[in-house]
Amino acid sequence: MAASLRQLSEPIVDNNPITVQILGVCSALAVTTSLSTALVMCVALTVVLASSNVVISVVRHHIPRSIRLILQITIIASLVIVVDQVLQAYAFAMSKRLSVFVGLIITNCLVLGRAEAFAMQNPPWPSFLDGVGNGLGYSAVLTTVAATREFLGAGALLGYPLLPSVREGGWYQPLELMLLPSSAFFLLGLAVWAVRSRHHGQIETTEFALRSQVLREDR
Amino acid sequence: MIDLFLQAAFAENLALSLFLGMCTFLAVSSRVDTALGLGAAVIVVQSLTVPINHVIYTYLLEQGAWAWVGLPDLDLRFLKFISFIGVIAAMVQILEMVLESYVPRLHGALGIFLPLITVNCAILGASLFIVERNYTFAQSVAYGAGSGAGWALAVIALAAIRERIRYADVPAGLRGLGMSFILAGLMSLGFTAFGGIALP
Repeated sequence: MAASLRQLSEPIVDNNPITVQILGVCSALAVTTSLSTALVMCVALTVVLASSNVVISVVRHHIPRSIRLILQITIIASLVIVVDQVLQAYAFAMSKRLSVFVGLIITNCLVLGRAEAFAMQNPPWPSFLDGVGNGLGYSAVLTTVAATREFLGAGALLGYPLLPSVREGGWYQPLELMLLPSSAFFLLGLAVWAVRSRHHGQIETTEFALRSQVLREDR
Repeated sequence: MIDLFLQAAFAENLALSLFLGMCTFLAVSSRVDTALGLGAAVIVVQSLTVPINHVIYTYLLEQGAWAWVGLPDLDLRFLKFISFIGVIAAMVQILEMVLESYVPRLHGALGIFLPLITVNCAILGASLFIVERNYTFAQSVAYGAGSGAGWALAVIALAAIRERIRYADVPAGLRGLGMSFILAGLMSLGFTAFGGIALP
């Protein structure tokens, strides 16, 4: 039980798919201009990730090694088609706003990465937990970035105005930069910095030690 | 045609304004020569797969595409994801075999990057965009070449910047990945400026 719980919670901060494993960054940035699209994307990705992990883990003994990548992609693509059709049927407006990014879950390296690294070697139940855990880790980063961008960029959360903006006679001047693509890069960079200043083990080593650093360490 | 090419390469740069192909973008941008190889491979694959996927979508998947065999109501559009990714994987494989047998030197340079391209979402993303925007065949050729060139340009530029800052004193937590994000953000801010240029 404790092991399962650990497996579920570890990818959320300590081994986060986005900030540590650098997987699935593309969609993490593109859908984060508002919190609602980010939440739908998180649910879609977690569903695909958990179910693809289970399916691949069930058939793992029957997959020939030489064609495993194409089989994995086919399984993932079929699951994404299901998710996309469900979205189009029950939330058409949302699926239009997400545009191509639901389809791009297929090439999201997170899904393929977990299939290859975990589901190919483990039984279905741990693979399911791994999928859900990584999905939650992805969602944690996505919702944080999206909430920051929507709050500062529009003074709202989930479409409800929280800060009265200047345009509507209030005092808050929306920070337009937050709606531009570049702010997503900045926020993610700062998020990586924040995580790494708590977990020093994740800091990358430099190729060259600078003279100033060497002197500092000598002192 | 030319304005679509320029728009796809600059104003709507796949990497910097639509965030496509980020994983490879960040992983393979530490040296200029590897970035050049990957960029060239992306341009080639992109210019081939986007028009091919356009043909497949129009003549095999779209509603009414099978009217000539008496199936006017057949709508296979939901199969687009799986057929596009199949085409991309097959194209990458064929390209690898052709290069290996006819241009072994180029294969030596591009070889390791070709499999990476299958899971590069810039390629699938461009194919999905031409469907969503209803481009014609000629437009899809221009869009494929332009978006590939834009992606290559972005990855080579980022690699060049990262080579320059290798000796910089970056805060410990920002080293590597964190700094690449900030750099990409600044580049993306620069590319936003192209959005203001009215194309002829």
